[in-house]
Amino acid sequence: MAGKEDLKLLGLLVSPFVIRVRMALSMKGLNYEYVEEDLFNKSELLLKLNPVHKKVPVLIHNGKPICESLVILQYVDELFTGRAILPTDPYERATARFWAAYIEDKLCPAWIGILKAKAEEERAEKVKETLAAIEHVEVAFAKCSNGNVFFGGDSIGYLDIVLGSFLFWFEALRRMYGLEIINTSKTPLLAAWAERFGGSVEAKEVVPEADKAVQYANKLHAAAAVKLVSSE
Amino acid sequence: MAGAGGGGGGGDELKLLGSLASPFALRVKLALSFKGLSYEYIAEDLQSKSNLLLSSNPVHKKVPVLIHNGKPICESQIIVQYIEEAFKSTGPSLLPADPYERAIARFWAAYVDDKLLASWLQLTRAKTPEERTEGLKQTLVAAENLEAAFKEISEGKPFFGGDSVGYLEVTLGGLVAWVHAAKKLDGTSLFDGARTPLLNAWVERLGALEAAKAVLPDVDRLVEFAKRWQPQATATAASNN
Repeated sequence: MAGKEDLKLLGLLVSPFVIRVRMALSMKGLNYEYVEEDLFNKSELLLKLNPVHKKVPVLIHNGKPICESLVILQYVDELFTGRAILPTDPYERATARFWAAYIEDKLCPAWIGILKAKAEEERAEKVKETLAAIEHVEVAFAKCSNGNVFFGGDSIGYLDIVLGSFLFWFEALRRMYGLEIINTSKTPLLAAWAERFGGSVEAKEVVPEADKAVQYANKLHAAAAVKLVSSE
Repeated sequence: MAGAGGGGGGGDELKLLGSLASPFALRVKLALSFKGLSYEYIAEDLQSKSNLLLSSNPVHKKVPVLIHNGKPICESQIIVQYIEEAFKSTGPSLLPADPYERAIARFWAAYVDDKLLASWLQLTRAKTPEERTEGLKQTLVAAENLEAAFKEISEGKPFFGGDSVGYLEVTLGGLVAWVHAAKKLDGTSLFDGARTPLLNAWVERLGALEAAKAVLPDVDRLVEFAKRWQPQATATAASNN
């Protein structure tokens, strides 16, 4: 239940993986101390608590760290009562996990690859992969939502959080490259869902403006350029 | 097929689509065996996939697929968690009861796939000495991290799951047959006695369990399979000896 839990979250304001955790904590009515990390200059605490991956988010509960956003989401859902994040039926849970894994393993590396691409050809390839993946997710929405407004039914659930955390980055990519990953003609169900998700109380609380993502992307590109130059 | 005991309730029908060489299908067999669940096993020819496989897993078209009362579940780790949750009262629990320990188990299960298996595959498929060196480096790091994880999680007990098998026995256990096969193929040892002594011992211990023996494939058959379908890997290995 909400109240005196000792919770600390190491994060980054523009990280979709961190945003997932913040949404879950908020949905459970949990208070926590938020620590913004500088990933170009990682803190001792981050390196100590996530020595294997050295990444955010890290949730620290009563001094013990939990890493990897999907692991954290399930941890929070299983430990704290209140709004359910994952469905309760085992088959529905398996379906939600399947699509979360698809989003992580297929969609995510593709769209991040658009940002990381060093040449136009590579970027075009990643765009193709992203568009192919999102088409599968459109089909998934039709199946999972069962005519409801969210993947989770009539309120936000696991898959809404997992995919919804990417939306402001999709908008950033649109501003940077003119690319529409979700659009009303090719992925009408997701387009409508994206509006609902973006307009929700849960999202408005923690999702930043797309321009913040654009700024961060520029910072990453600049740093990569420096690395390239200094290695010559 | 394998396994004694019934399913979770009357009329539970379990079918597993798998293949001999798939470590992912082996995970599901291990889970079903540890839980004592009966199922019909269908060996897929991955060069000529059945309509059942293609319709049950249209997104990935891969094994394993578990079909429970006609409904398919795909992706090995998701299938294992499904078995755990749908058959809670059958056989032992595979996941720890404590949510924190469960999170740790899931973290390392993800690590096995994302880091250990990924780098091992990179190593076995390496086409150049540089790729092989990088693959080997990453694989050794991953194995050492898992060794440290085993030490911490098992707390001196025989398994990741403690006194009895758990989620990580199933997840990492799927690779055990290939660990033995790789040794026969090119002498490489994923968990060697010097660098990863605890895991080396764990492999033996797991292989000695009746429930594991019932489903672990014959190593010589795997070696034969590798020689037939991955001649490149064996050629690279041969040229490195």
